[in-house]
Amino acid sequence: MSTGLLDPGVVRPTALARANPVAKLAVALVLAFGLLLSVDIVTAGTAVVLELALLPLAGLGALAVLRRSAVLLLAAVPVAVVSALLGVDSGAVLVDLGPISVTSGSLQTGGAIGLRVVAIALPGVVLLATTDPTDLADALAQVLHLPARFVLGALAAFRVVDVLLDEWRQLGLARRARGLGGDGLLASARDVAGRAFVLLVIAVRRAAVLATAMEARGFGAGEHQGADRTWARPSRLRPGDVVVVLVGVAVTVVSTAAGVAAGTWELVIT
Amino acid sequence: MSPLVRARGWGWRWNARRAHAVRGLDLDVEAGERVLLLGASGAGKSTVLAGVAGLLDGGPDGTGEAEGQLLLDGVPAAEARLNAVAAGRGQARTGLLLQDPQAQTVLARVGDDVAFGLENHGVPVERIWPRVEAALADVGLDLPRDHPTARLSGGQRQRLALAGVLALEPQLLLLDEPTAMLDPEGAVRLRDVVAERLTATGAGCLLVEHRVDLWVDLVDRVVVLAPGGGVLADGPTLQVLAQRGAELAAAGVWVPGHRPVPRSREGSHGVLHQNPGAATDGRLLMALEDVAVGRRGHGAAVLSAVAAQVEAGSVTAVRGANGAGKSTLALAVAGLVPPVAGRVRAGRPLVGDPAPAPSRRRWRDRRREVAPDDPARWTPRDLVARIGSVFQDPRHQFVAQTVADELAVGPRRLGLARAEVAERVEGLLERLRLDRLARANPFTLSGGEQRRLSVATALATRPRLLVLDEPTFGQDARTWVELVELLAELRDGGTAVVAATHDVELCEALADVTWWVGDGRLRVDVPARSASGR
Repeated sequence: MSTGLLDPGVVRPTALARANPVAKLAVALVLAFGLLLSVDIVTAGTAVVLELALLPLAGLGALAVLRRSAVLLLAAVPVAVVSALLGVDSGAVLVDLGPISVTSGSLQTGGAIGLRVVAIALPGVVLLATTDPTDLADALAQVLHLPARFVLGALAAFRVVDVLLDEWRQLGLARRARGLGGDGLLASARDVAGRAFVLLVIAVRRAAVLATAMEARGFGAGEHQGADRTWARPSRLRPGDVVVVLVGVAVTVVSTAAGVAAGTWELVIT
Repeated sequence: MSPLVRARGWGWRWNARRAHAVRGLDLDVEAGERVLLLGASGAGKSTVLAGVAGLLDGGPDGTGEAEGQLLLDGVPAAEARLNAVAAGRGQARTGLLLQDPQAQTVLARVGDDVAFGLENHGVPVERIWPRVEAALADVGLDLPRDHPTARLSGGQRQRLALAGVLALEPQLLLLDEPTAMLDPEGAVRLRDVVAERLTATGAGCLLVEHRVDLWVDLVDRVVVLAPGGGVLADGPTLQVLAQRGAELAAAGVWVPGHRPVPRSREGSHGVLHQNPGAATDGRLLMALEDVAVGRRGHGAAVLSAVAAQVEAGSVTAVRGANGAGKSTLALAVAGLVPPVAGRVRAGRPLVGDPAPAPSRRRWRDRRREVAPDDPARWTPRDLVARIGSVFQDPRHQFVAQTVADELAVGPRRLGLARAEVAERVEGLLERLRLDRLARANPFTLSGGEQRRLSVATALATRPRLLVLDEPTFGQDARTWVELVELLAELRDGGTAVVAATHDVELCEALADVTWWVGDGRLRVDVPARSASGR
């Protein structure tokens, strides 16, 4: 079983897809920072358009992106709709149903918020879709020099997630076999709690065995001795990675400039 | 020259435990020696391996308290391990292989997983990959470096873990029941690879294993640990097995020449049996009609066009290689997962008379009555009354805080009177030797006790059909005999047993019918002895 969204997919190995994960992470963070400064439809809209235009460079088909970002769209649409319905009213009233009204102002705010969610999350989707978790861990440890023990521990734990999903399914079947379930909502909630507890017990046990196996192969021993661990997959920044980051910066700047030019860009400090 | 391993009065007590796991151990192991470590469960065999591996930290922030000496080449074992890492040559003193293949894989790609230990030991990158390739070749894993570890079978996974250990060129392999969770072919393959590598490298081994028969030719010395501490016997393999064979067999060790023999029990205890009249309303409990099984959302079915029947009072063994669909088929028979095609039809004797309607019947229950003969659509309450399931990992099916409560879950779901529930619980506790543990938490039991409990919970509702997935996996000889006796007794009482298993001895002892699965098909094999009618 696989987590889908986090699953590195079949991706064409384009320059962007092969860029160092840290560069892709930087792009996602730069865009997020730029877009969080203002809630306006022109900035967010321009960013989304530019991102979609650049998508082919990431080697991802539109369908693949759509499938991976399904969760994201599910979040963006309700956020937009709720903002449109309940947002601060301004401008022409379009629909009026007592407390719920849609004005051109609130509609714009709703659209802006929805687009902003998409614009910020799209680079993240691309990052996850084109990056193997192992490569990300390599880059975090070697390029950003995060502690190896922390990064590799998280990576090993990440691999166990798939195993635990399988365990979760087994637990569901086993509880049906014991005659549990099918008694309405309250019992179901208790049932889920019971399953979660057993899963936790199994996960802790599994983690202990994994930790033993890792330690037996020398993991974490270097720290006591001052000896350095080496890396089988060297990860370093190349000129291409700088280009990738610059493209990310350019998208942020162009979107913001478009917003400013249209007069919709407005700094929000909350 | 001092031996490779030297223990003198060594002992270890885990924090939060009052008793020592190991105590008073005196043991010398020379370089290149192949030692089998035996002892009853709880004698501290795994703790000895962890100690030699240098993984037990008895310091102020450690996991326990050590006493005596445990030296590797004259240096305390934990220190020896760290020194080897710091030396930067990528040579570990010892290599540890554990039982659970799934729990030992560190990384997502085969090559990366083998490289992990070399990286930790500070081997320069240009020397890592040649050693990775060599180690993979040594264990016979002919796979590309970037092959996902998630797609390996249990046997492949265990050989991968071995490759990760061998890449570090250890002088001593520490093997902790390395084949307990593998199918027979996988176990033999792993044993052969270990034997070949020990010979090629001249390394020694310290092996913990209760299936002695598989390893007896490989080891040249047997050490038997006493449960209370110290060494019970130590000497050449055949000599120790000859002198202590009976004693070891009684303690659950699978000793060659001491094959466990189930006794027949003529159903002396009534606790397992149906009401006698039940056997008269026909024998056909279940029919599989052109059934295909597979995992939902995973494309093609693993097994299709299955036509077979389950009769009352028979034992059916489902056999075949790993991944052939044994467990998936068992889930369909158990009414836990619907088939992807065809019909699993429960016969009249299994469904029984229409259940007396509970006072509050929910709409969901009524909806399910549309297909009263489809087990996958029964309510959990109906299912547990008719079919008992025993999972491969007993822990998956534990839902209560104590052993006694665990046994009461099923009967309570049936709405039985309190006295009846108590009576069934008492009977099963006694029959399965769990009475001493009635108030213990199921998760704290040993492997054999957990297995007995999981079977007992499935029997508490007295189902007419019992479905088991690898019930004897990793069990010692004593638990094995008890399971065989219990299943025979159930069969004689009219219960049908369906067991997915690799265990040849289990099949020989019990199977009336064998379902062979392979190449996406099922073949039914009825040996002559049961065709004559039992």
